[in-house]
Amino acid sequence: MAATALSACGSDDGPPTLNWYVNPDGVDTLTALAKSCSTDQYKIAIQLLPSGATDQRTQLARRLAAKDSSTDLMSLDPVFVAEFANANWLEQLPDDVAAKATDDDVLSGAAETVTWDDGVYAFPQWANTQVLWYRKSLAEAAGLDMSQPVTWDQVIDAAADNGGTVGVQANKYEAYVVWINALIQGAGGDIISDNEAGKDAKIDIDSDAGKDAAAVIQKLADSKAAQPDLTTSNEGTSLGQMYAGAGEFMTNWTFVYQNYKGLVDSGDITQDDFSDLGWARYPATVEGEDSRPPIGGIDIGVGAYSKHPDYALEAAACVTSSEAQVDLAVNEGLMPSRTSAYQDPKLTEAYPADLLQLFSQSVEDGGPRPKSAYYATISAAVQSVWHSPTSVNPDTTPEKSAKFLRDVLDGKALL
Amino acid sequence: MTTLAEAPQRRQEREVHVSDRAKAETRLGQRLVAPAIILMLVVTAFPMLRALYLSLFNYSLTAPEDRDFVGLSNYLTALTDPLFWKTTGVTVLYMVVTVSIELVIGFAFAMVMHRVIFARGVIRTSILIPYGIITVVSGFAWQFAFSFQNGFINNWLPFIDSDFNWFGQTTPAVIAICVSEIWKTTPFMSLLLLAGLAQVSEDMIEAAKVDGATWWQRLWRVILPNMRAAIMVAVLFRALDAYRIFDNIFVMTAGAVNTESISFLTYRQTIEQFQLGIGSALSVLLFLSVLVIAGLIVKVFRVDLAAARQEG
Repeated sequence: MAATALSACGSDDGPPTLNWYVNPDGVDTLTALAKSCSTDQYKIAIQLLPSGATDQRTQLARRLAAKDSSTDLMSLDPVFVAEFANANWLEQLPDDVAAKATDDDVLSGAAETVTWDDGVYAFPQWANTQVLWYRKSLAEAAGLDMSQPVTWDQVIDAAADNGGTVGVQANKYEAYVVWINALIQGAGGDIISDNEAGKDAKIDIDSDAGKDAAAVIQKLADSKAAQPDLTTSNEGTSLGQMYAGAGEFMTNWTFVYQNYKGLVDSGDITQDDFSDLGWARYPATVEGEDSRPPIGGIDIGVGAYSKHPDYALEAAACVTSSEAQVDLAVNEGLMPSRTSAYQDPKLTEAYPADLLQLFSQSVEDGGPRPKSAYYATISAAVQSVWHSPTSVNPDTTPEKSAKFLRDVLDGKALL
Repeated sequence: MTTLAEAPQRRQEREVHVSDRAKAETRLGQRLVAPAIILMLVVTAFPMLRALYLSLFNYSLTAPEDRDFVGLSNYLTALTDPLFWKTTGVTVLYMVVTVSIELVIGFAFAMVMHRVIFARGVIRTSILIPYGIITVVSGFAWQFAFSFQNGFINNWLPFIDSDFNWFGQTTPAVIAICVSEIWKTTPFMSLLLLAGLAQVSEDMIEAAKVDGATWWQRLWRVILPNMRAAIMVAVLFRALDAYRIFDNIFVMTAGAVNTESISFLTYRQTIEQFQLGIGSALSVLLFLSVLVIAGLIVKVFRVDLAAARQEG
């Protein structure tokens, strides 16, 4: 009797189930993908992670630190791939699989996020990037030629002189570091370099590029174009300002297009309003230098303690295929990391051609956040000194930030 | 003098006359509890020793190969960092404010529960309900209550603007956290004090009444002095609990606007930053400070714990 009960609970009967921990973006399509990528040999089951990137990382890390064998596949924010790989929590992709996961079809910004220490540790699934969203009428009133690259200075002045605002993400959280990193990279610098040296990495934030970045933040914070909730702003708070008054220029992720399109369907904005929405490449920090748009998205990693790593690698390849990426983009607005997916008729029907071109170009030219086993520490240390944006000063903030970052990495300061 | 000199002698005599059966029973008792004691030591001592060991390293979970032995450097870092002292100050503030208020309200509740003659069960149950609610749930409930968007607190307080954000600045945020903490744990305090009240002899109170003592005099001269051990236990338990405050802060402010406690700082270093070395050092410091607080409270109340258990 007991033996029967026990065998009923076991998973020895039938094919094994692979657990795929996903973040709650596009769950419907991910569930369909899990089903369609299941085979006679294994089933894929979806497990939901919390909504915040930090909480997702914590939950996965707690499982993997305990050598959890039921974590087979996981959706990872690109900045955590290096951390997890360095901790030996991710299965390194065999050379042949790695070659396919990062072949020439993958946009270079996305491909760069899955490598660590000369190895490939994940499959790029979807690629997020930021562009400059704006109200065409506002840019027109300011006499700004949006067909040419614009700088942060131009955008802030244009908004301030014409009753508009500039929407950014400047709450004390990860997205603020996304902004700071993009500003520094746009000026030709880095937060850190020689990343693979771990805590002995070179700290570069106190540089001309760091000062240029701080100058942009200071300018916006002191400008009439700053939104009232600048110090607590996030991806969602600035959305509402696009159609308020003269409108805004806003740096934000790719989901914005589908978001406003949905508002037309629900009757919250008119088709004319929607037609007034413009998009352009991420603004340049320094005139004449190319901007480095932020890179986000999701990479799929295979747990190092999985009981079925071969099946998990096969499943990961399936859920990141070009077809899977098209489904995610069309249904959920999560943009592909493969060039071929951008040419798929289903996608070209769903998005304007120039927007798709802008997205893929931005991912191609994007600047990733520092890849480091200490990324979470670096990010928190930067936030700690650069927040609030109203206190940022080019003469002092980068210097203070570099010193604090060094002390934190050396274990000489609490964070 | 004579009494003092005699006392040890009498005790010695008692020890001499312990029967073989009593000795055998004591031995049996020791053998019976030994497995539990060993298990408890393994369960509690292992993590404590492990934390002590880890605290000697600069060690991040995501960089296992970079682990460095740094000796007591993590302790030095913590003890010389202004952030550590700032969070310690905030934690002591939480502890002093909540325990003081809970002691007063808890005693009033204990008196009500002790003296009430009608609907005793209902009244006692309703006073104890908040303690039965999970702290995270009560934290969310109070967060909603204090919210300027959908809470009721701003509407109930006439001197507060309806759009006042309690979680935007340190002082109001600390007040909101304290209110939630007090609401949640006052019943525990009153339960411990009720047990103390029940031990105060009614005869003594009656005698004081006959001698003409007023209610106030009976409270201060008879009831409270006879409850000293119970009050100490209540204050001790709650103070140690309050010093480790975490859940309410986690839910209500997530440590923003300088509301972070020492437990929260330890959590951030260990769980969020994966810095096991400095995180362990902080937990050892937290453990030591809890010991110091416990020692101070026992000293202040001058209660002989053995006497309180009637073993002396």
